[in-house]
This record gives sequence, C-alpha cells and structure tokens, in this order.
Amino acid sequence: MSAPAATRSLALPGVARAVLARRVGLGLAAAVLLLILPQLVPTGTALAIMNQMGIAVIFALSFNMLLGQGGMLSFGHAVYFGIGGFIAAHVLNMAGRGTLWLPVPLLPLVGGLGGLAFAVLFGSFSTRRAGTVFSMISLGVAELMAASSLIFDRFFGGEEGITTNRSKAPLLLGLEFTRDRQVYYLIAFWLFVAALAMYAFSRTPVGRMANAVRDNPERAEFVGYSQHRVRFVSFCAAGFFAGIAGGLFAINYEILTAENMGLNASGGVLLMAYIGGIGYFVGPIIGAVIFTFLQSMLSDYTGMWLLYLGILFLITVLFVPMGLAGILMLHAPAWRSRRIGRLVVPYLITGALGLVAVIGAIGLLELLHFVAVSEGAGATKRLFWTTIAPRTLMPWLGFAALAVLGALGVRWTAPRAAAAFAEVTK
Amino acid sequence: MSTRHSAVVFLVMLAILAGLASSATPADPIKVAYIDPLSGPFAATGENGLNQFKYAADAINKSGGVLGRQLELVPLDNKVSPQESLIQLKKVIGDGIPFVFQGNSSGVAHAISDAVQKHNERDAGNRVLYLNYSAVDPALTNEKCHFWHFRFDAHADMKMAALTDVIATNKSIKKMYIIGQDYSFGKAVADAAVSMLGKKRPDIQIVGNELHPIGKVKDFSPYVQKIVASGADAVITGNWGADMIALAKAANDGGLKVPFYTYYAASDGVTAAIGAAGIDRIRLVHESHPGNPNAPKALGDYITGYRKLHPQNDINQPRIHTALNMLAQAIKRAGTTDVDKVAAALEGAEFTNLSGDQLVMRRDDHQLQMPIYISVHTNKNIKYDLDASGFGLSLENKIERDKATQPTTCKMQRPT
Amino acid sequence: MFQLILFSILNGLVYGMLLFMLSSGLTLIFGMMGVLNFAHASFYMLGAYIAFTLGLRLGFWPALVIAPIVVGLLGAVIERQGLRRVHRFGHIAELIFTFGVAIVIEEIVQLVWGRPAKSYQVPAALDFPLFRAFGSSFPAYKAFMLVISIAIFAFIFVILTRTRAGLIIQASLTHPQMVAMLGHNVPRVFMVVFGIGSALAGVAGVIAGPVLGTFPGMAQVLGSIVFVVVVIGGLGSLTGAFVASLLIGIVQTFAVAMDVSVGGMLTAVGVPASAGGALHDLWKVTIAQVAPILPYVLLVLTLILRPTGLFGTRET
Repeated sequence: MSAPAATRSLALPGVARAVLARRVGLGLAAAVLLLILPQLVPTGTALAIMNQMGIAVIFALSFNMLLGQGGMLSFGHAVYFGIGGFIAAHVLNMAGRGTLWLPVPLLPLVGGLGGLAFAVLFGSFSTRRAGTVFSMISLGVAELMAASSLIFDRFFGGEEGITTNRSKAPLLLGLEFTRDRQVYYLIAFWLFVAALAMYAFSRTPVGRMANAVRDNPERAEFVGYSQHRVRFVSFCAAGFFAGIAGGLFAINYEILTAENMGLNASGGVLLMAYIGGIGYFVGPIIGAVIFTFLQSMLSDYTGMWLLYLGILFLITVLFVPMGLAGILMLHAPAWRSRRIGRLVVPYLITGALGLVAVIGAIGLLELLHFVAVSEGAGATKRLFWTTIAPRTLMPWLGFAALAVLGALGVRWTAPRAAAAFAEVTK
Repeated sequence: MSTRHSAVVFLVMLAILAGLASSATPADPIKVAYIDPLSGPFAATGENGLNQFKYAADAINKSGGVLGRQLELVPLDNKVSPQESLIQLKKVIGDGIPFVFQGNSSGVAHAISDAVQKHNERDAGNRVLYLNYSAVDPALTNEKCHFWHFRFDAHADMKMAALTDVIATNKSIKKMYIIGQDYSFGKAVADAAVSMLGKKRPDIQIVGNELHPIGKVKDFSPYVQKIVASGADAVITGNWGADMIALAKAANDGGLKVPFYTYYAASDGVTAAIGAAGIDRIRLVHESHPGNPNAPKALGDYITGYRKLHPQNDINQPRIHTALNMLAQAIKRAGTTDVDKVAAALEGAEFTNLSGDQLVMRRDDHQLQMPIYISVHTNKNIKYDLDASGFGLSLENKIERDKATQPTTCKMQRPT
Repeated sequence: MFQLILFSILNGLVYGMLLFMLSSGLTLIFGMMGVLNFAHASFYMLGAYIAFTLGLRLGFWPALVIAPIVVGLLGAVIERQGLRRVHRFGHIAELIFTFGVAIVIEEIVQLVWGRPAKSYQVPAALDFPLFRAFGSSFPAYKAFMLVISIAIFAFIFVILTRTRAGLIIQASLTHPQMVAMLGHNVPRVFMVVFGIGSALAGVAGVIAGPVLGTFPGMAQVLGSIVFVVVVIGGLGSLTGAFVASLLIGIVQTFAVAMDVSVGGMLTAVGVPASAGGALHDLWKVTIAQVAPILPYVLLVLTLILRPTGLFGTRET
C-alpha cells in the first residue's frame, strides 16, 4: 500500500516546506493581526463588534466542519452553541459562589465539553443518514430543544434566561475580565487556538475521510471506514467547537436565553458560512466577519439589513455557489504570477458602476419601505447622509436612475473585466 | 490682487464662515434612550409608548428644556428579547447616553437592571441610570433592587392588593380562574393572586392557574374552553399586548361572559377588541385617573393635545409623563447629568402628576408610591375613549397612596 | 366535561384541516421534486397579507379568490427562475435556496407591510356564533374554515385521481423520465405543481389570517408544525398528510385542556415519580405546558424509528 498523499508530499523537500512555511506565515500574520486590532480601532463600539465577530467566526468554522467538509446541512447547529453557553453560564455562577474553582479563561472549555456531550447524544442517531434526512433530524432536534426550554425552567431560566457575572469568578494569574478589551484578548486567544485545532482536524485522516464521505459515501466505505462513524466524529467535533463559541458568548454577554439555541441563530450561521464560501477553510471566517459587520452597523441605519443579507445569500446560492472565498481563490493564480495589477482598473470601473447600481436599488427599497409603513405625509427620511422627502417624485427618479445606469454600466464594462481576468489567469 | 491671491482670500473667508457656522450650534442635547419593543407581537405597546415619551419630551423642551439643554429621545428596539436589549444597552453605553427608559417586558427589565448594575460597578466613570416605567415584577424593587434602578409604576403586588380588595367585596364570586403569560411578571401575578385571595376570601376556590408561552399563542379558544369547563365565576389575568387582544377575542367568540380582573385590558387595540361584549364586565387596575367621569383638568388637556397628534392612539400610560418629568426635575435639582448625583436627587423626590395625586419616590427601594385606581370598561359617560372605539374606562374605586403602599425586602447598597 | 370534549374536537378539527391545507402542498412538492420547500410557509404568510390588503379595497370574498392565484403565480415564477437553476447542484443546494427564499420573503413582507401585526378581521358576514352548547359558543367563521378545507381536499382528490392532468401528475411523481418520453413537458408539470402547492398554502393563509394572526413571524410559527406533519405522515403521501394533520391538530388542542402533570400521569401508570433532582422541572410540568413540544417529540421519534413516516414510501 503506497503511503497516503500527506506523508508522501513531505518526502519532497522543497515544495512541501514552502507550503508549510506559507501556512505558518499566514498563521503568524493572523495572530499578529488579532493582537494589534484593538489598537487600530480603539472605540468601545468597535471592540464590542470585534468580540461578536470573534465568537461568530468560531461558530461558523465549527458549522463548516459539518457542511463544507462533511456535506451535512444542519439546521440546528445553534443547539450545541446554546447548550455550551448555558452550561458555561451555570458553571460560571457556581464558580462565583465558590462551589468550584474555575477561572474565566478556562470556561470556554467547559462550554466545549457541554456542546460535545450533547453532540454525542444527538449525533448518535442524527448521523446515521446524510442528506435531507440528516437536515430534517437536525431541524427536529432544534425545535425540540427550543420547545423544551420552556419546560426546564431552572436550567434555561424561562423567558428571562440565565445571567452570570464574569467578575465574580476566581482569577487565574491575576487576569481580570471586567473590561471589554480584556474579554477581547480572551476571545482572540480562543479564536486562534480553535481555528488552529479545526484546521488540524481537517488534515487528520478522519477529517480527510469526512471529505470523502461527503463526496461519495459508498465508495468511502470501500476504503474501510464506516460512513456513520466518520460523520459522527465530525459531528461531535463540530459540537465541541460550537460549545466553545457558546462559552465565550456567556463570558462576553453574561446572559443566555433560549434564542441562542433557536432556529434564527442556526439560520444565521448557515448564511455566514455559505456567503463566505463553504469550500474553503477561510470562507466561514470571511462570512462571519461580513455578517456581523452588516448586522451591527446596518441595523442602526436600516431595519432592512437582513433583507440585504438574504438577497446577497440568494445571489450566492444562484450564481456564485463558491462564495466570497471562492471568488478570492479564483484570483490566486493571478496573484501568484504577479499579474493581478492588470485587474485593478477594469475591476474598479465595473465595481464602481456596480456600487452605483446597488445604491440605487437600496435607495428604492428604503423609499418603498418608508412610504409603505410610515404614517403622516410629508415626513422626511435620512438616507445616505442626506435628508430626502420620500413622498415626492425626485428621490424615486434619482435612485431609479442610479440603479438603471449602474446596471447598464456593469453590463457594458463587465466583458472587459472578464477578458482581463481570463488573460491574467491563463 | 492676482487671481491666485483673491482665490486664497476667498477660501480663507469661506473657512472662517464655516467655522463660525459650526460654533453657532446649540448646546448639545441631553440624550435619553428608550429600549422597548418596536417590532413583534408587542410593537403596538412600544410604539405608542414612544409617542407618549416624545409628547412629554416636547412639552419639556418647549418650556425651556433641562438646564438649558433639550431632551433628545433615542429609540431602540428590544424585540422583547433580553438578549437583544443587552445589545442595545451596549450601544447606549458606547454612545455615552446616561439615561435609559424601559418598561416592556419584566423579563427584559431583569436583564437590563442586572447589566446596568454590573456595568456601573465596573466602570464608575461611565454610569447609566435605569428608569423603569412599566415593568412591574415586584422582585425588581425587592431582592433585585439596586441604587441605579427606579420604578415609576405601581408593582404587581401593589396592584393585586387593590384588585383583591375589590374582588373580596363581590360575594357572587366563588370560583376564580387565573391565566397569565409564562414569565416573571405572569408568575408574580399568579402568586400574589393566590396568596392575597387566600387571606382576604379563603372561601374563593382557585379552579385554574394557567401559564401560557408569552407572545406565541394566537388562538386562545382552547384556553377559553378550559375556563368555561372549570365553572369559574371570574378571571384574573396580567396578559398584555397581543396576548390580551387574542384572549379578549377568543373570550368573545367562545361566549365567555364572566367578569375579568386585569392589569392591561385596555387601549392599544384591546378596548376595540373587547367592544360591546365587555361592558361592565372587564375591569382594569392602573395608576392614574382613567379620564372618565370628570377627568382632572391637567389630564384632560394632556389627552386632548395628544389626540390631535395621534388620533388613533391614547394616553394609556400617564406614568410616562410622570417619569420623564421626575427625571427632568432631578437633573435640575442636581444641577448636572452625573448619574450618581441625579439618582441621589431622585431618591425621596415628590411630584404631583396629571391626575393631581401627590407621589413620592421611596428611598428604601426606589419604588414610586402612588394611589391605585380600578376602572371598568364601558361606553356610558365616556368623554375620553380608547382606540377611538367609543368605549373607554370609567372609575370605580380609588385606593389612596398610604393604603396602597407595600413593604419591601430591599437592602439598598449606595455608592460611597 | 362534554363541553370541553366537544369544543376541543371541533377546534382540533379546524386546526388540523388548516394544517392539512398547508402540508398537502408541501408533501406533493416533496414527493414530486424531492425538494423540502422551506419557503412553503412563506407562501402561507403572503396569502394572508395579500388577502388583507386586497380585502381592504375589494372585500373578503374577492380577496379569497385572487390572493391564492397571485401567490400561486409567484410560486411558479420562483420555481422556474430559481429552483430549476439550482436543481443541478443537488438536494442540499435546493434546500439552501428555499431557505434563502423564505428569509427574503419574510423580510419583504416587513418591508412592504411593516413589523406590527395587521388587524385582519373576520368578514362581518361570518362574525357570529354558529351555535351555543354547554355554555360556550362556536364561531361561524371556524365552521367556514372547516368547510373550505374539506372542499379543497375533495377538489384535489378529484383532480388527481379523475382527470387526465391529475394522472400525468401522479405518473410524474414516480416515473418522470418515462412521462417525459411519452411527450409530456415534465418541467412544466413540476412548475404547475409547485404553483398549485403554493396557491394552496396561500388559501390557508387567507382563511387562517384572521384567526391565527397576520404578523411577520407567522411563517416561522406554522412552518415548523407543517414540517412535523409532513414528516410524520410520510413524505410524498397525501393520505399521510391528512392523517398526521388531524392527529397533530387534535392532540395539540386536547393537550392544552389537560391539567395533569407529567409526574401525576406517570404515577397513575405506576411509575414512581420523585419530586427532586434535575428532572423535577419535567415532573411538575403539566401536559398543557408540554402541548407545544409534543409534535417535535413525535417528529424526532418518527425520524429515528421510522424515517419514511406513517404512510410514506421514500425518505429522500
């Protein structure tokens, strides 16, 4: 039996070492970026958003262990996130009361173990089949857990949820977590560790077999692995990391409610992962960052942020199933051959025209919303930093013009951009 | 002068003008956050509440504002979700807004009160004051009390004491059914009803004590059937918002004709839903004069003015006027918007509300002491109706302030 | 007691038939195309909202006819432009697509109609008690709902089994390639079925809107129950959907009426119920409080023990 691909490549010194060096370099660069991020944008709101992003990234990466790597579409992944969070919150409360010694930095592990335990429980029967049946079971489990939260009052805290206090726990090495910034470094640490672990998992034999089971389950069985078991291991690992994210959530927000396990949370992580690109490891990272950013920033300006995200999602599903990461990766050959510079101008032109079209479309939607929903004629609305009177004709014409002209412009210039891309990728 | 020189001079003049223009802006406003439901099944309650806050703030601003500054309301949607509310609270803190009003629901109130206390303890330079104008779970001024929380509505036990006094006098009631929403407030109402009825009318049998998921039940027919089946002579409920509307509709449809003793069965769509079927049957316990008969002049004028702006809505929460004005008063008295000083000025403060009642903010637990009113749904002699329906509330009983007061278990810790 | 039983059965029947109207479309679509349409309940929501708006101008009865047609056409368009394109990427991609459609529809509803619930009223012609019994009354509108649901069921049944088009549809369910080779436009058949299924969901929305409330979350609330019904009944089986709908409808309505606690029930059956410990919450909870969770327990049990459901023949 010839050696599997991974060990064989190490036998080739130059290429393998270069690949390894590149990967280590990326990892170090990511670590440095995480460390200096709070210095770059030190405002309170930015810090709160970065904390949220960190948690979302871990959650989305864990979800992609199921979807991207294992081919399992789960509509109930937030269950493990939520359960991990609840268990972490209860343990933190116990630590605060002095019942047991557990400092805050170790709490995400508790969350992870909680997520793992429930993943083992539910995964035992969920992972027997793949495909639609798996998705349906995951949906059923999610509904079940959401509904049980009403019954198990003491664990889930009913409508009020469970609150906790990270200042009351014992200290490890004197590290306090009273400020958002201190919580940020904790999240960044766990993000680095978890991402590294998940990446490593994808390179292990079980991780690779998960890919095989995703693509062709029957054939994978001929290699000697049980598809049920491979899926089960992936499922449990995903539950573990989701639980870690849940534990960090408990530390950051100090409150858990049944919503955290619910369908909206599960739907959100699906959106994140898919928009980012499920075929690549960094895809969910990109998706989580963008999703959190839009959710936090846009929701101040418009109630329609989820619509824009949903439309983006549909466009991704219909036309760009490889996601944003996929689009970036398409340009990798161009980057490596250093010819990417030739794409800048055509892309800028098409991109700017596309942006004009998008502004026009968003403007029209916002106007429609305002007119449909508000009472009282003659009221004004602030849109794109200008005050507009939606009941007059001008704004409608203006935005419509932007949308149409932008779309036409994209249609005009897109072939040139495509040609440039084709030339550069040859 | 050469063209280049004149251009430079022109630009410099422009810059100076721009500088002058920006420095002529008015003193920056005192921001007040409002974190209540603006979407979901309880959006109507939150939006009408917001309009009442705006109305009260406009009146204060017109008469000169507070310390020469205008009040500015910042509305945020809490979606009746404790978590969503905490996210909004983080925004409020991040934007440096020192005063937060919230009232719906008590579940959210617990989360906000808890978060405010934690934040104030950790970050003394950036404190926030939580002004609770409608969340009436008694725990918030008992075991969960703290220095930075003030409540401006009579809590559930105060209201239940008044309600059970009235029920006790009705000898025809032998069987009582309690139904409520499954969360802190609903449970508090049920517990208080059982214990207080037990003391005042031990002969009344509690034939049902039901908790249903909040905001989720759309068709209350099965519950109405249960009430009919139990043979109850009367129903007590703390339901509010969409849950109260749905319950009222199902009760009408199912032909349930017993008296209802409620906390929130009026306005925001409920009065219209009850309609003729509820005349002289649906009772409400609340904190100010219902407007009929013989409204105090200040209240009547206030309602008339609000009706001009919002013909479809009502002043169903005059406590909003009380809360905002007491805050303004405390800021004036403290001479600053520093939260600790304002809170100290608010403790023990006295205020005369639109109904002409003398209110006082009790030091021990930050619960506003006030008289309690009990009114009945009717269409006779209604000058100020609700939901523009022709139906409204008519005063039946008033319990004076010293009778309405309840003891507290609060052990208030004051910042040094 | 009789009052409670009688009215619970009636209310359960009304609710069950409503569920059937929704689940029949979903199970047909699944049976035919293998797609579990996440957006099915969204068509229900659209039916209610469109009927509400049309009703304001035209009255309830014209809206009852027009709204489902609009929803059906929209469904057909979504199938043609969206679903067909995604079909070649596999079942997972189709699921994800319908999930995205559900989100976008819910957001568009909020965009156009706003977030607060709409006051969609029962038409005045039907707003009276049909009969009084044992001290309680049954509204005529609910009887109307029942009549319409049964009529639609009969209509579908007749069309599917007695008309040529119905035979083609039934054949496409099991042998799409053969039907195509016989010269029928199978993709068009799929589009028509999708459209009819969506129109059915729309009708359910039109008549249930006044009773169950018209608000942006209505699709999520009912969507989960419909999903349960379809799985328990068996994917692709109309009979299964019928039986499961009535079962769930009646069980849920009756469960609310029962005040017995789980612990009490278990004691009655002979299982000793301890009052303490982690399961204490479970023991003292009443059947009424458990009512919302029962369908999901049944769902998970079905998926574990008998994934084809009661009457179904296929799993995917």
